[in-house]
Amino acid sequence: MKPTSFSYHRPGTLPEALALLSEYQGAARILAGGQSLMPLMAMRMARPERVIDINRIDDLKGIRDAGDTLTIGALTRYNDILRSPLIAAQMPLLAEAIGHVAHHAIRNRGTIGGSLALADPSAETPATCLALGARIVAQSTSREREIATDDFFDGLMSTALEEHEILVAVRIPKRPTALPHAFIEFARRKGDFAQAGIILAPAHDGMPENRAVIFGIGPTPWRSAALEAAFGGEGFAAAPKAALKDELNVYFADDEAAAFKLPIVMTLAQRAFARLKP
Amino acid sequence: MTVSPDEPEVVVRLTVNGAAETRSVSPRQHLADFLRDELGLTGTHVGCEHGVCGACTVLVDGDIVRSCLMLAVQADGAVVDTVEGLSDSGEIAVLQQTFLARNALQCGFCTPGMLVTAADLLRSVPEPTREEVREAISANYCRCTGYHAIVDAVMAAAHGTEQKP
Repeated sequence: MKPTSFSYHRPGTLPEALALLSEYQGAARILAGGQSLMPLMAMRMARPERVIDINRIDDLKGIRDAGDTLTIGALTRYNDILRSPLIAAQMPLLAEAIGHVAHHAIRNRGTIGGSLALADPSAETPATCLALGARIVAQSTSREREIATDDFFDGLMSTALEEHEILVAVRIPKRPTALPHAFIEFARRKGDFAQAGIILAPAHDGMPENRAVIFGIGPTPWRSAALEAAFGGEGFAAAPKAALKDELNVYFADDEAAAFKLPIVMTLAQRAFARLKP
Repeated sequence: MTVSPDEPEVVVRLTVNGAAETRSVSPRQHLADFLRDELGLTGTHVGCEHGVCGACTVLVDGDIVRSCLMLAVQADGAVVDTVEGLSDSGEIAVLQQTFLARNALQCGFCTPGMLVTAADLLRSVPEPTREEVREAISANYCRCTGYHAIVDAVMAAAHGTEQKP
């Protein structure tokens, strides 16, 4: 359980990090909080020749109020987000979700950007950013671009980031404070990866559509058409079990294989919708 | 230490349990191995080595972290405190006493991580509820005790129901 040998780089600025990444394209990995990448390296699932440690780049840390959005620097650690008055006031859904991330010691190191870039399908952060209609800010030596979270997670631990890009921030539309939301997950032990989770985020001025995200099941979190259809109106009482089953079956060989997850998802969905009621 | 030509050693300077240390390390060495193998501080235990078991918990700049998920070279400039430091300073004397009194350890493998985690909890929440203790130590595996005795010990230390040593 030791990482393979690698060369270590610790740039002090973003341009330096981008130049290194560009130079060693394909051979280098960005090391942020290390709470996902270090286990992958220990298990030899990741064997980078070079590690670019961005922890000393202070420009990548912090939460900024940018008017209609909050911009969270990629290197902002989970516990910094949990302690932020700005997040508590403007983005309680994110704080609630991060409260479910692993344990205190992990949250002291883990970063929001690292979680998004690693894109673990069971992780809370990618699913929550998708539910919040967030946009990913990716930087290369030549340009900065924004990617909607809807287009960002494109497979198991795979994202739309290009090899020469660093995820530098995430921009999240502010939500009206009175707007309800629901975050609920099922894990066998507090802090473990969820076996299934559901996030409901009703629409508002900054996010024109109701969003319902399911995570912990498929290779990426996904917006559930079946659950989004259950917003408003009769609510979840009229929820389409058959439609949910169809969504799950995409990731399983047959009904039997999905049979374990479907009751969990149904139960979580009922509880989640109940939380939206005033 | 054998180092491949394309893997030069890196100098790290850090403070461990109050003492300044300078060592040359391989980039792949994690902080737990550094503490044990370079500094001989074997109180920090290496269990799963992928961040799950909590046996390697130490304080870095005052915050608990998994020392197996941090490279030694990343601790350059940091202040690290291990179970040895907390023990020598007397900070965990009461916890050590209550762990003993409540049979909160059997094989003892998880104990350093439990003590550091409990000390960190009591720094921020001096009088925790059982639920808060359970949540804090949910990050640490113990294969012997069933956890109840550990919760008892932390509660006893926090609420002063054990005689101080």
